[in-house]
Amino acid sequence: MIWKSLDDFIAMGGYGFYVWGSYLVTAALIGAEILMLRARRRTVEKARQVQKILSEQTKHETTT
Amino acid sequence: MKPRHKRMALIAAGLAAVGLAATLVLNAFRSNLVFFFTPSQIANHEAPTGRGLRIGGLVVAGSVKREGVTVHFTVTDTAQSIPVVFTGILPDLFKEGKGVVAQGELDAKGVFQASEVLAKHDENYMPPEAAEALKRAQASGESTGKSLVMATENKPK
Amino acid sequence: MKLNWFKYAAPATFYPLAGKLIPWFALAAAGLTVAGLYLSFFVAPTDFQQGESYRIIFIHVPAAWMSMFIYIVMAGWAAAGLIFNTRLSSMMASALAPTGALFTFIALWTGALWGKPTWGAWWVWDARLTSELILLFLYMGFMALHAAIDDPRRADRASAVLALVGVVNVPIIYFSVKWWNTLHQGASVSMTMAPKMAATMLLGMLVMALACWMYSIAAALARVRCIILEREQQAEWIANLGEPA
Repeated sequence: MIWKSLDDFIAMGGYGFYVWGSYLVTAALIGAEILMLRARRRTVEKARQVQKILSEQTKHETTT
Repeated sequence: MKPRHKRMALIAAGLAAVGLAATLVLNAFRSNLVFFFTPSQIANHEAPTGRGLRIGGLVVAGSVKREGVTVHFTVTDTAQSIPVVFTGILPDLFKEGKGVVAQGELDAKGVFQASEVLAKHDENYMPPEAAEALKRAQASGESTGKSLVMATENKPK
Repeated sequence: MKLNWFKYAAPATFYPLAGKLIPWFALAAAGLTVAGLYLSFFVAPTDFQQGESYRIIFIHVPAAWMSMFIYIVMAGWAAAGLIFNTRLSSMMASALAPTGALFTFIALWTGALWGKPTWGAWWVWDARLTSELILLFLYMGFMALHAAIDDPRRADRASAVLALVGVVNVPIIYFSVKWWNTLHQGASVSMTMAPKMAATMLLGMLVMALACWMYSIAAALARVRCIILEREQQAEWIANLGEPA
């Protein structure tokens, strides 16, 4: 085992700020990308539903 | 924001990004591609004079002398060497026998007055036990792992 | 039997295929990340000269590899879009750009946090760091140019040209540490030489790199599905897609 305790693990031999600064920012950025992709997906789906209703209405109007 | 304004802003942003990239490229090609000069290059007058420059090489083992916060050491590329004086905090990886890059100016006596010292570490990664074993192998005259040994050996005086 | 590759070049057939593939790549990315982090922090030993600060390598090097590799793939799709005039190719290029820019930023960020304790500087203008920064500007230029042109097909063509011109930067990044004196160290892992790393360290780095690959594929596929829906809204097959999954 490399680490004696949790504190030892967090300290990273005195380089905790640099090591965790790298990993946490990376995790946050990737998390943000995933959330942005989800949001984009939702927006697109909503637009598609609106489009669908509109096209059905026009179809209805042209047949009647 | 109107779509037309948005488009103009985006075009401006795009041009700014490409322009910035081009400026950096040109600037890099002009001077910064050579990040440092070796002591041999300076001896051959290949380095620009009259303005600040960076020198790079290995710190000669046994050359480091500290006087308070001022440090004296010698940088070598094994062919030529230059004495360096620096006042300030050295990076963690500054060690005798290891790579270093110093920024500053050569004074009239040929001493390099450094304003900044950076450590240039190598690309070898291993546990301390492996480094120890390599050192011992080197001491007993074995020639295995040449590139690793080069990184760990101390230059003979 | 001859496979009809162009069948999958049509957004209508690619869209559901991508939808089926995404969960698998996402799952692989998550699993490999857990394994990679375990190797990086609990199996890989302390480094003999850098101590624990070297552990940044497990994210820094995979991110830097991805930043260059994604750019090449992106430029490849952009070129295919120019040559074959296939919409999907250009959409793939657009889908890759943000993820590529993200990995470029991560490589620069983690590099700064690694440079400060080891070299003694957050940033230096050496050839390696400068060319990687140029890569970030190329990604941003690609996205900004594409967004600035209203007609999507014209936007595809214009940004493809930019992407292709920028390809020249990738070998410059990769070989900068060989061609010029840089503060950045040389490559620890390359095609031609034995790796200059202890085996468990190398393993951690490769597993993390594989995790980044899987993540990038999943993210690009998810984004290309959005792009397809945005750009082909009027198409009949989209109207027939049914409820969102």
